[in-house]
Amino acid sequence: MLSAAAVAQPAPERRAELVELVRHDCGSCHGLTLKGGLGPSLEPSALAGKDSEFLSFVILHGPRGTPMPPWRGQLAEDEARWIVESLKRGLPK
Amino acid sequence: MTRLFIILALGLAACTNSSLRGTGDLGVVVERAAGRVMLIETTQRTAIGRVDGLGDLSHASVVFSRDARYAYVFGRDGGLSKVDLLGARIERRVIQSGNAIGGAISQDGRLVAAANYTPGGIRIFDAGTLELLSEVPTGAKVVGIADAPGNRFVFSLFESGEIWVVDASIPRDPKTLRLKDIGKQPYDGFVTPDGRHYIAGLYGEDGLALVDLWHPDRGARRVLQGYGRGEEPLPVYKMPHLRGWAAAGRYLFLPAIGRHEVLVLDRSSWTEAARIPVRGQPVFAVAQPGGRRVWVNFALPHNDTVQVIDVDAMQVVKELRPGRAVLHLEFTPRGEQVWVSSRDDDAVAVYDTATYAELARLRAEKPSGIFLTSRAAMTGF
Repeated sequence: MLSAAAVAQPAPERRAELVELVRHDCGSCHGLTLKGGLGPSLEPSALAGKDSEFLSFVILHGPRGTPMPPWRGQLAEDEARWIVESLKRGLPK
Repeated sequence: MTRLFIILALGLAACTNSSLRGTGDLGVVVERAAGRVMLIETTQRTAIGRVDGLGDLSHASVVFSRDARYAYVFGRDGGLSKVDLLGARIERRVIQSGNAIGGAISQDGRLVAAANYTPGGIRIFDAGTLELLSEVPTGAKVVGIADAPGNRFVFSLFESGEIWVVDASIPRDPKTLRLKDIGKQPYDGFVTPDGRHYIAGLYGEDGLALVDLWHPDRGARRVLQGYGRGEEPLPVYKMPHLRGWAAAGRYLFLPAIGRHEVLVLDRSSWTEAARIPVRGQPVFAVAQPGGRRVWVNFALPHNDTVQVIDVDAMQVVKELRPGRAVLHLEFTPRGEQVWVSSRDDDAVAVYDTATYAELARLRAEKPSGIFLTSRAAMTGF
């Protein structure tokens, strides 16, 4: 809870863009419904209990040995954190 | 009375005749977020209908029945739907797995095979009834499924680095040939237009795996090994796709992984003939029918661009901006038009391939794959 509250919130227009990006670009591998594909599920149940800082590190740097790219060129740190918290709650429509 | 009956009958026949049409200029555009396909025709370049209820189409692919009347739509959620293009309706639909990636139709048109991630394997269905005939479990994610002569299905296994050749001549008792150690993390594969070779792209190493389908027992060999020359690869924001016609004459045009290049493979020697610098990470490199030009689209952040490579000159000769998030392109059978989907502009653009003029722009909701019925007659799909 604390960590979620500490995250700087991207502006509303940017949040809408991020939701689109997660659904469609992340969705290419993780599924449009985020239930998984080439990459694993990103549903709240799959992410429950996983460390948010670790997950944003994975988004920004890409896990080694997998096809997932580092998104740090496209996403700022607080945006990655916001995505993690949103996924854990269930991505807004 | 008899006369009246004949007149009525003639009238009816006339009605029926006016609604008769062929399917040779038809196709489907996947509207990925809506779980729907738009039916298109390429003569007047219009949408002629839509078919809903196809499930999660985030990674959808489509093959056609041999009479080119039905489209088999493979959805991400494991849905396999048989869509009647003339009736604009779903003829049959089954949920065949939890998570699917694509499929293929057999040489004789009697079998449809679906490739699955969860549980990993392929399932073989009767193309008429969609009755499940057999399955081949793999224990790994299936990628790059293609049909090959002899009612065979060929595919790669992402985690275990294998290529399997499944002979489905006896549909309820398929025979599998497993080729191991073909390379690290194959991510997609395709069969050359003549049906002779299967090529898998490798994500985990610089190179491709090649199988001669005339002699599959001889195993897979590595080609274009070390094309990255040890340089650190660039990030890949969207996996390249190899399915499509990347063959132009003796050359195959393939997206390099992690570099902004299209690799050109000479089929006579299986060596590198050229590498062509392009705008970004290529996703699709598709040869225009006739093989004069190859059209390429790109991953984020260059996904608003399409580049055209001249095969003679081996260089980019044209750049187009069809819209935001270009996901796919498909040529009409003789190559005079190309249809291009722009997901974020909710549009499908049609270009004249000789003049690059935009001939039409159709509204479509988050369009991704475009599939024309000419695929019905092509090997590899």
